Amino acid sequence: MNCPACAAPVLPGHAFCEQCGIRLEGLPPCTACGGAFEEGYCAQCGRRAPAASDHVELVLDSGSAGASDRGLRHTHNQDAMALGEAEGLQLAVVCDGVTQSPRPETASTLAAQTGVTILAEELKAGSTQESATRAACARAALAVAALATSLDDAPACTYVSAVAGPDLVTVGWVGDSRAYWLPDDGPAVLLTDDDVASAGVLTAWLGADARDAGCRALSFVPDSPGLLMVCTDGLWGYLDEPVSFRAAVPLEGTRALVEHALASGGRDNVTVVLIPVRRA
Amino acid sequence: MSDFTLQVDQHKYLPLGGREVHAILTVTGTVAQAPPTEAAEVIIIDTSGSMTGGKIREARQAAKAAVDALRDGVEFAVISGDTSARMVYPRGRKLAKAGQSTRDNAKKAIDTLDANGGTSIGQWLLLACDLLESRPGAIRHALLMTDGQNNEGEEAFARALKQCEGRFVCDSLGVGDDWVPDELRKVSNALLGAFDFVRDQKDLAEFFTRITEASMGKTVAELALRVWIPKDATLKYIRQVSPTLLDLSGKRTPVNPLTGDYPTGSWGAEEREYHLCVEVPPAAPGQEIRAAWIKLVRPDTGDVHASGNVLAHWTEDLALSTRINRKVAHYTGQAELHELIQEGLSARAAGDTATATARLAKAKQLADSSGREDTARLLAKVVEIDPGTGTARLRRHVEKADEIELDTGSTRTSQLRQEG
Ligand SMILES: [Zn+2]
Ligand SMILES: [Zn+2]
Repeated sequence: MNCPACAAPVLPGHAFCEQCGIRLEGLPPCTACGGAFEEGYCAQCGRRAPAASDHVELVLDSGSAGASDRGLRHTHNQDAMALGEAEGLQLAVVCDGVTQSPRPETASTLAAQTGVTILAEELKAGSTQESATRAACARAALAVAALATSLDDAPACTYVSAVAGPDLVTVGWVGDSRAYWLPDDGPAVLLTDDDVASAGVLTAWLGADARDAGCRALSFVPDSPGLLMVCTDGLWGYLDEPVSFRAAVPLEGTRALVEHALASGGRDNVTVVLIPVRRA
Repeated sequence: MSDFTLQVDQHKYLPLGGREVHAILTVTGTVAQAPPTEAAEVIIIDTSGSMTGGKIREARQAAKAAVDALRDGVEFAVISGDTSARMVYPRGRKLAKAGQSTRDNAKKAIDTLDANGGTSIGQWLLLACDLLESRPGAIRHALLMTDGQNNEGEEAFARALKQCEGRFVCDSLGVGDDWVPDELRKVSNALLGAFDFVRDQKDLAEFFTRITEASMGKTVAELALRVWIPKDATLKYIRQVSPTLLDLSGKRTPVNPLTGDYPTGSWGAEEREYHLCVEVPPAAPGQEIRAAWIKLVRPDTGDVHASGNVLAHWTEDLALSTRINRKVAHYTGQAELHELIQEGLSARAAGDTATATARLAKAKQLADSSGREDTARLLAKVVEIDPGTGTARLRRHVEKADEIELDTGSTRTSQLRQEG
């Protein structure tokens, strides 16, 4: 037997494919024609089967939620996100694989996971939000750099992290993935500053071929309840400024935002995380 | 045991709205150890009136050489053909098992062959088919030689070919300058064999030996290319492009509405290449589809020996979508050269000098630029191109043998040289 999505051999009775991670039972039929998938492609119209990373949604008990989608124009989802909690603080990292680099999805997945793990460790060890933010970004950068076999074979990604509590919010970033503060009352505030030269030309990223620009970080004290939004350019490229987005339920919010990006053109992968910030 | 590999060479990127997907499929068979595969061989000798004199003597030598090349235990027969077909060896309408005494007796019988009568190739093949029918599990092969024009009716010939299709593989040889390449091309297309020109009849025995030995090296009776294409797609063509050109497009046996089997004949340790062209409905940029799913199968057992995907991926990136795979370009050029020569020669035969000159001159250019020196040399004997002005004109006197060699040889392709 072979995985319907990636054709890797699978053992009967297994729930997930070990190669691509997709759920083996109940892989939804082809969205183009309703056909079933066979060894990676639709047996009717030939369309490529969706990968497990094509569309991902995450929700935590705390109310933090994220959604990531391949978009309409790319074959793979090179974005990645990771969510977490530590010391009563909400944690999130969102990364966007640099398409021109090799294995960008490996870079973004590793950076997001490393980022959240190190944020949690540092905060538990008593670091301040800002020093935890810098330490996590530095470790993610080392991990991505270690993926390279040479300077010409260096996977790369952008990075944006969030540590959010009722008293203090800290964001850190490298590249052009963004964080916004969306207070319940009042206009949205862009917290990050894109590391780009001109439209679309990155000046900072994580990867062995990046010059060590270091992580940029910003902290602020929220003066009202609101939502912290962390996202890739696949979303913010389709948002009107200033963002006036509101959502009572974060998951519905992330899904609506992703759908907005897809409906507007979906030229890129799109990833968004929403973290509710309010006093207990 | 035989092992097979299937390699797909293609460039998957299409521009927006692009429909045509091309791929070269390379099938390689390796024989781990020579197995005692059952084989059946029929040797067909033209004994029509035109064969008198030196020709029939060489034909006898050649047939005897072929008998000598038969492996012990192979079921075989020798038949002769003129207006009808006759058993030469064994006496009855059956096959004999190759061994010392049967080989000796067959050679004695061959020595009695004389030439007279007309040429009915279809009748000869029908007798061969009838004999080979008694060995359904064997690797069935016939070797046919002729020196003349087929004078049976076109319809009877076509009917006979249809009846033999899929039952055995037939390689054929034309001798002298009186035979018509088109007739043997029909045999080759129907019965999946090669056809060749033996310019010097003294070489006939060597050709017979080589073909019989190659046939003895076959270990798998029949393999088919099982081709799946998407709903709403069209298979424009599938043709063997190496070692010779052979169009398989019309030979589809349906497996299900989207899948068909295309026969490739029997296999030994060898490599063949196929050019596949599928027309698919265009999709949005970023979409990737499987434009064809190829499986190398044994139709009798349903065993799948190898498989591969042909993909299509639409992109707005012109740098990607305008690239062409080297192998696809190479064999597209070879097929074009073949077509130009065929069109040029038939226009020349029909007296259409303008078309003949244009096609053959273009063929000459293409042969020069693609390094087909043998073909270019033969073309130069048919068409003359002024090196200064580039003006082309047909040569007045062309040796019949040169024309036949050009016609026959254009189905043989050169392989793409490895890079680096
Ligand atoms: Zn899989
Ligand atoms: Zn489909």
